[in-house]
Amino acid sequence: MIKDYLLEEKLPLFWCAGCGNGIVLQAILRNIDKRGFTRENTVITTGIGCWGKADDYVTTNSFHGTHGRALPFSTGIKLANPSLNVFTLMGDGDGITIGGNHLIHAARRNVDLVAIMVNNLNYGMTGGQYSGTTPKHAITKTSPYGHVENGFDVCKVVQAAGAPFVARGTVYDVVQLDKLISKAIDHKGFSFVEVISPCPTHFGRSNKLGDAPKMMQWIKDNTISQEKAAGMTRDELQGKFVTGIFEEREQEDYSTAYQKVIDSLRGGENE
Amino acid sequence: MGEFRFMQGNEAMTEGAIAAGARFYAGYPITPSSEVAETSSIRLPQVGGLYVQMEDEIGSMAALIGASAAGKKAYTATSGPGLSLMAENLGVAVMGEIPCVLIDVQRSGPSTGLATKPAQGDVLQARWGTHGDHSIIVLSPSSVQDCFDLMVTAFNYSEKYRTPVIFLSDEIIGHLREQVILKSPEELDIFERPEPTGDPKDYRPYDHSNGLAPLSHFGSPYIFKVNGSMHDEWGRPCARPDNADRIIRHLSEKIEAHAEEIAITRRYNMDDAEIVLICYGGAARSALSAMKKAREEGIKAGVLQIVTLWPVPDQEIREAIAQAKTVIVPELNLGQYIGEVEKRNEKNIPVIGVNRIDGQPIVPAQILAEVEEAAK
Repeated sequence: MIKDYLLEEKLPLFWCAGCGNGIVLQAILRNIDKRGFTRENTVITTGIGCWGKADDYVTTNSFHGTHGRALPFSTGIKLANPSLNVFTLMGDGDGITIGGNHLIHAARRNVDLVAIMVNNLNYGMTGGQYSGTTPKHAITKTSPYGHVENGFDVCKVVQAAGAPFVARGTVYDVVQLDKLISKAIDHKGFSFVEVISPCPTHFGRSNKLGDAPKMMQWIKDNTISQEKAAGMTRDELQGKFVTGIFEEREQEDYSTAYQKVIDSLRGGENE
Repeated sequence: MGEFRFMQGNEAMTEGAIAAGARFYAGYPITPSSEVAETSSIRLPQVGGLYVQMEDEIGSMAALIGASAAGKKAYTATSGPGLSLMAENLGVAVMGEIPCVLIDVQRSGPSTGLATKPAQGDVLQARWGTHGDHSIIVLSPSSVQDCFDLMVTAFNYSEKYRTPVIFLSDEIIGHLREQVILKSPEELDIFERPEPTGDPKDYRPYDHSNGLAPLSHFGSPYIFKVNGSMHDEWGRPCARPDNADRIIRHLSEKIEAHAEEIAITRRYNMDDAEIVLICYGGAARSALSAMKKAREEGIKAGVLQIVTLWPVPDQEIREAIAQAKTVIVPELNLGQYIGEVEKRNEKNIPVIGVNRIDGQPIVPAQILAEVEEAAK
């Protein structure tokens, strides 16, 4: 039962009406439940921000650390006990902005864990300032005249850094999101899923994208599959959310590789 | 029976950590601590442990804490610039009450400073480097033997008091080579983390109403929620003022209330000493040498070496002041620990600092000159 993983006494969720975080949390817990992962053998690590509050609502082990550092906390947890199912939840501030260095190295290091980055294109928790994914020209609390920088294509960054599983979905297409998270869990190694999610309270309001349903529609209207995107120019792809699985290949994970080192030194003898 | 070896301080720290049961190292190489990383990368997999080099010291500290929460005794080594970066997540270890050992082989600062030269400039940063009210344990070795023995103590304190411990070495001790006895397991007292007992449903990792709660680890039947934000006894977020008040007081008191148990000091020729040298770390070696020369000159000098810098060995410093006519505090900084002596100087005797900040060690003659002056 998915309810077994939800700390019901902490409900209702503190997230704003129309926020996509609840959809993502449910998709994760559905998948954990489907796999039959126990609360004892599961660790959910979070960063700081709206999405960083997700651990408040779960009954599994959890680790709520510092802004942008969820991945290195997870790295230590998983390497110390490779039998754990480790889920790392990050926002765009955590994942690619303050924690960008950790993200690219985690992708390269290939520790076997699932990293889920909810991208709402701005810093929700602190009131709607720009992040590393805020698109050019977007209005935020700290780009009141339009953003002069470009936002990251996070999946491309993670892919270039060497992650063996990289995918993007949205909270609009929950069926696809479920599948992407499911595949990320099945994939051995560093599995990265970016989820495009609305922040009607800040990003939506600042950019006059309408209320929560309208923002969901906005995500739907601007989402295209990678198959369709393949035939489009860079200009045509501006402001679009390309979804799908961008990378899916076998690659030896860190713990397996390191265990070989230990075995070579100790002849398979373990403490 | 232990094993006689000729070793560098940094190497002995690795052996001490492994002897204490540490099986996880996460770090980022930095002079003058890199030998700890190098020897750890060799030794840990030999004993079934794991070495991982992280992208920076922020990530290193995070991985260390994660590994400890997953049940492994864990350590890292760094120097000033790295300590500054580790300060962020050091606070998570404090707040989450996760044991770990952070070695700081001090070098001259601020900033990149003199990267290869000794200093003791991080004494107050070790105490207050991470933001917010908290207490912490800081140990200061002065020999290669200390690097082994005290490292075991550092892990024991860390596990016993559920706190990060800073092992505050310096370049002098880190790169010093001398004889060391690597004690065998039966010669060592190792404090093992007490496992929680009882119904897992009732386990509260932050309920300290009956002494410190036993620490669970991820993967055990006892669900463990670690939270760097203010939390209740379950580890769930809690912003109630009374709860915040209780937690912050607890984080200090769990260490300060045991300061006398944690205090390690060494007394040399103190019985009749009138001029007392209060010192620590690399500078303690010069102080000892100066004291011996002063004794040869008929001066009643003694040494109180502070091994536990934080929490301050209050009683021992007060006793030294009570018997002294003059106290001299040699430090490789502009006077970071002398303040702790002055705070306890109710007798108002002269408390004189001998300070060196040019990247060179304090030589015995420098200290001896002050002792002779005081004896006049």
